[in-house]
Amino acid sequence: MTAPRTYQTEAIIIKRIKLGEADRILTLYTPELGKLKAVAKGTRRPQSKLGGHVELLTHSRLMLARGRNLDIITQAQTIDNFLPIKDDLERISHGLYIAELIDSFTGEHIEDRPLFDLLLETLKQLSQTKDCELILRYFELHLLDHLGYRPQLQHCTDCNSHLKPDSNFFSSRLGGVLCHNCGFNEPVARPLSLNALKVLRLWQNCDFAAARRVKINQKLASELEQVIAEYIKYLLERQLKSTAWLDKLKGTILPK
Amino acid sequence: MSADSIPTAEPITRLIEEFNKLPGIGPKSAQRLTYYLLRAPASEVGALAEAIKNLKEKLVLCSICLNITDSDPCAMCRNEERDRTKICIVEEPIDILPLERTKKYEGLYHVLHGVIAPTDGIGPDELKIKELLLRFNDGLVTEVIMATNPNLEGETTAMYLQRLIAPLGIRVTRLARGLPYGGDLEYADDVTLSRALEGRQEM
Repeated sequence: MTAPRTYQTEAIIIKRIKLGEADRILTLYTPELGKLKAVAKGTRRPQSKLGGHVELLTHSRLMLARGRNLDIITQAQTIDNFLPIKDDLERISHGLYIAELIDSFTGEHIEDRPLFDLLLETLKQLSQTKDCELILRYFELHLLDHLGYRPQLQHCTDCNSHLKPDSNFFSSRLGGVLCHNCGFNEPVARPLSLNALKVLRLWQNCDFAAARRVKINQKLASELEQVIAEYIKYLLERQLKSTAWLDKLKGTILPK
Repeated sequence: MSADSIPTAEPITRLIEEFNKLPGIGPKSAQRLTYYLLRAPASEVGALAEAIKNLKEKLVLCSICLNITDSDPCAMCRNEERDRTKICIVEEPIDILPLERTKKYEGLYHVLHGVIAPTDGIGPDELKIKELLLRFNDGLVTEVIMATNPNLEGETTAMYLQRLIAPLGIRVTRLARGLPYGGDLEYADDVTLSRALEGRQEM
């Protein structure tokens, strides 16, 4: 009974669903409280005080009041609205994918500050770049890291032998690279080129700035995308909903 | 739960249950409405029953603008007075009402019946976009006005449509975004304020 009735937190809004006439239920990702859901009352009215401060993919400072079921947002102030993301169709779409990834991989009320920092940094990077794909790959790889699914890229995941500088295999089931011999015996493993392995190793251990310096051609980019997407799909046991939209966007409209 | 213990005639409990399903109607309001109708003249109750029945039976989607209508094409699409060179794109049929109330718009509408919401798995194929593109075939339309909601999904949809429509040589515009009338500058968010500054006008 002694817990304070209100509390403050920073948050990034990662999901939003309509509730009743003018309210919304928001899914927030916070540094101290992990993921949580809260009600934002009246945010669908044009004159709402909260309105734009609790839009998707916005970093805000919030005041919440404890509710019987869900907590209620009483005040909100934008810290960073990531406007450059919202002004660009590619960036929005990739941003939404990032939000869905975080939402799918995390449970409620599990504090994970490094993950919050990664999410925040990723959105910052996304608002400054034209190469959304690279940002996404880096985020995916480091998200897996944080969650304990770090792909094993140094040794063969099966026989533990040293990997030869040649094309190898990647197995989503084993969560890592397989050497030439083991790869042939693992039916669901996919071939992994040497360049892809090198890039993955580098990204796993560098920061955004260094990751951005890597030059990647279209073929390598799509190989990396497929390897990681397959691994994520294996872990989640389903396809993320926003991938369909990203594919559609790539397929039908050429970038300006 | 009291309805179980106190014996009430079945038609009454049934109507109460039906009212209770409506948005904003709780168990008490449902009871009040039911007992009001019980006392109301038969003609009034009959009119209500018929109005509800017609809602589903007589309404269809207009084959041109996809608004909900009782005659196809709808009254607005048939009206020769309206400006056929402009199409205003809205998310839902209900969005047409506030725009019509302004009496500032003389053109036609197109209802998408939704917005692109990638995380809910709603893409362009789930919306009435093919129907929209067909309307440009006669070459009459010169301007398309995006009136999707000013939020992330609405903007995403507007930007996507802009890419589809602009190459056809049609002018694509978007409703201005700024401060709500009767609002307070203090509570305005940064996005709205930035847009309001960008779109400021000579007085």
